[in-house]
Parts: sequence; structure tokens; C-alpha cells
Amino acid sequence: MDALTAHLSELGHGLVTTVELTVVTTVGAMLLGIIVATLRIAPVPLLRAIGTAYVEVFQNLPLLALLVLFVFALPTIGITFPLFTSAAIVIAVYEGAYLAEAIRAGINTVGVGQAEAARAIGLTFGQSLRHVILPQGLRAVIQPIGNICIALLMNTSLAAAVGVVELTQAANTVNLIEAQPLAVFTGAGLAYMLLALIIGQVTGLLERRLAIVR
Amino acid sequence: MNQTQQILFDEPGPRARRRIRIATVLGAVILVGAVVAAVYQFASHGELAAARWEPFTTWPIWRYLLNGLWATVRAAAATAVLSAALGLLLALGRLSAHRPLRWLAGAYVEIFRTVPTLLLIYVTLFALPQYGMNFPLFWKLVVPLVVSNSAAFAEIFRAGILALDRGQTEAGLAVGLRRGQVMALVVLPQALLQLTPSLVSQLVGLLKDTSLGFVVSYTELLYSGQVLSSYTHLLIQTFLVVALIYLVVNASLSKFARVLQARNGRFTGRRGRRSADLPPSLTEGNIR
Repeated sequence: MDALTAHLSELGHGLVTTVELTVVTTVGAMLLGIIVATLRIAPVPLLRAIGTAYVEVFQNLPLLALLVLFVFALPTIGITFPLFTSAAIVIAVYEGAYLAEAIRAGINTVGVGQAEAARAIGLTFGQSLRHVILPQGLRAVIQPIGNICIALLMNTSLAAAVGVVELTQAANTVNLIEAQPLAVFTGAGLAYMLLALIIGQVTGLLERRLAIVR
Repeated sequence: MNQTQQILFDEPGPRARRRIRIATVLGAVILVGAVVAAVYQFASHGELAAARWEPFTTWPIWRYLLNGLWATVRAAAATAVLSAALGLLLALGRLSAHRPLRWLAGAYVEIFRTVPTLLLIYVTLFALPQYGMNFPLFWKLVVPLVVSNSAAFAEIFRAGILALDRGQTEAGLAVGLRRGQVMALVVLPQALLQLTPSLVSQLVGLLKDTSLGFVVSYTELLYSGQVLSSYTHLLIQTFLVVALIYLVVNASLSKFARVLQARNGRFTGRRGRRSADLPPSLTEGNIR
């Protein structure tokens, strides 16, 4: 326990970085997910192909390989960002593919009649998507989106492997100094479980408030 | 044109066709622009020089990378077998009639579903040796992967077992089978058939997880890329080739999962439809 209290500030910084990384990438991935899901159902074949290629590529590449490519290899062609930004971009792009698929599954649950009605009153593709399809589709998949957010939280730990000092890395550093693995790693594990619990509670609350009973 | 598109827009008329053409041209311009910008970026830093790509046409380089891929496959196979077996036991535990068993299995799954795999890897690397558990390199990667993947497998199995019609269990009990026999002879075979696509998708996630070998210095594909690039100094080329290998292998596995899914729907009719009731996170591939 002493190891935990003696290094509270390091571990606290790590926890804050993990939370920041999770929030920033969730927002980014959500926006990307909506855009890509829209591309995948657009009436334009080329846009559909681009959306499909995006999902196919980023669901089949390991996140760590993407992080390594982006952080270590892209600087050789002159593309550099601060470390935190790099990690946030890569994780958002990666999780965006999963969110796009979840959102597309949500769109599939919206009744055909809804879309037909939207067209019948003269809404364009974009309008019917914005006002009729997406609001209902998103509300149908709050639970899966919550699961992806928990996976995203766990995946932010991979940023440690390219040098971002978030919770996992902070725990590792503290352990190397104090050599009290049991306390330090259990503490970090509990912090992750607590964060996941919060995400789970928030999605549960959202689902109860927003879910549409059909 | 699949079902989704029929929902969202009608067969395009003349005006819509014109708009589609305009959007296609715009999309193509943006796409070509992005490719040109990327090529320019590569060229202006001298990364397109033939000499920097030529090594990837030689056998020694490929032999090294394919060795890495083989190590990846070995780690993935060991992880898959062990975590599927453990996951099945955990799922049965969570559904068991004994409360302590249910509680233990439930706690295991809930804990290891929310603790990052990298943290578990750090535990095996830096904590367990202090308690006299120093695994060989291969197991330093595989053990943490099994711990976290078995929780994921357990949830897949549990969802599949719960999704099966209750009548199946009742019929089994009615003809005089014991609970264990009903599970082994009636429920599991059907649930497994229905779950094959989810299980194959989980394999993709698991194969991606083996890239964490990068952290433990186990020479799987990603770490091989790292070693190779520090030897040849062809950083971006090597990692692009490595990414391409991952992409080809995993896209093939994903494709295989989709074929299985389509086939399940065709051959088992009613059951195929039921798999659509599973949460999307289970049917739409791995969430990681």
C-alpha cells in the first residue's frame, strides 16, 4: 500500500492522461464512425467503397502496428505530431471503424417505413438521415457503443507501448521503482475497472432514458 | 444493392443520377488528391527511391518476415485453443446451478473484460518473476492473452447458449437426460454451430493481440518488423509491409467468418435468423 500512497501524484497523472485520451478519442471516433457509416449507406457507389475499405483496413490491422507506424515511421516522411496527439489520432481512427459498424447495425434496425415516410414528405437523403434515421439508429445501439467505449478505454493502454505515460505506463514505472507489483498493478487494474464501470453506468442510464420501445 | 440501401433511397431518377455522378467525381478528386499528397510526401523525403523498396523483393527479407508471421500464428493458435477451452468452462460456470461457481466465473469474466491486456503483460513481465513465476518468452505473451481472451470467449459462449431456444433444454430433460448430458448432447452442439462466425471473428482480434509480442520482445511479426527496420534502416517501408501482411491474413479470416455466417443462415434457416438477435458486438465481429 505504501507504494501506492508514496506515488499518488504519478499514478494520478497517469489516470488523468488515460481519462483524457479516452474522452478525446471517443469523441473523435464517434464523429468518424458517423461519417464512415454514412459513407457506407450513401447512394454513391464510390463513397460506399471508400467507407467499406476504411472499415476493412482498420478492423484488420492491429492497433499496436498502427501506433508504431504512425509514431515511429511517419516522422521519416516529415509527418510529426506531439506524442499524445499521435496516439489520440491513431486510436480514434482505429475505433472509428468499430463504431461505424455499430452505427450501421443501428441504422439497419430502423423500419423501412420510417425512411419511406421521410422520402414521401420530400426530405433529401441527407435530411432523412439527419432527422429521421440516425437519431433512431443511434438510440438502438447505445449498449454496443458502450461496449466499444470500454474496449477503447482498454486500448488506450497500448499508447504506453509507444511512450505515452498513461495509467498502465505510470503503474509500470512506479513498480520498477518500488518493486511492489501486487499493490501497484492491482491498484491500476481497479482504476480501469472503475472507469469501465462508469462507462457502463452512463450507457445504461442513456439507454433507459433514450431507448425506443418497439 | 443490399437491403440497407433499398431502405434509404429509391432507384435514382435522372436528377439523382446526375447528383450521383457529381458526387462520384468529387469523391474521386479528393481520393486522387490524397494519394498524390501521400506520394509527394514520400518522394520529397526520398522514401520512394527504388533502393529503399528493392530489398522487399528479395527472399532473405521475406523469409525473416514469414518467420515472424509463423511465430504470430503459433502464439495465436496456442492462445486460441487455451482461451476457447477456458472460456467454455467459464461460460458453463456462469450458467451453473451452483452459486459459488457462478459467482467465481462471473467475477473472473467481469474483471478480465475490463483490465487492459497490456497491464496483464506487464504483470507477467515484471510482477510474477518476483513470485518465482518466470515463464519462457512465448508464454509471457500467451498467458496474459489467454487470461483476457478467455473472458471474451466466455461471453460469446454464454450468449450463444442463452440464445438457444429453451424448448431444446426442456425436450432433453423430458426424454430423461441429466442436466450435464443436455448441455453436452443438445445445447452445446447447436450453440457452437451458430457461434462459429463470432468465434472466427474473435480469432482476428486474438491474432491482432499477438502484436503485443512487440512489448515482450517475442519475435512475432510486429517485433520482427522492428528488428528488421533497425537493421536495414528502412523504417516506413518495413512497417508498411508488415501492416500489409496483417491486413491480408486478417481480411482473409474476416471473409471466412462472413462466408460461415451466410452459410449458417442458408443451411439452418430458423437458427440462422436467431443469430441476428445476438447483440451486434457478438455478430459484427470482435469489439476490440
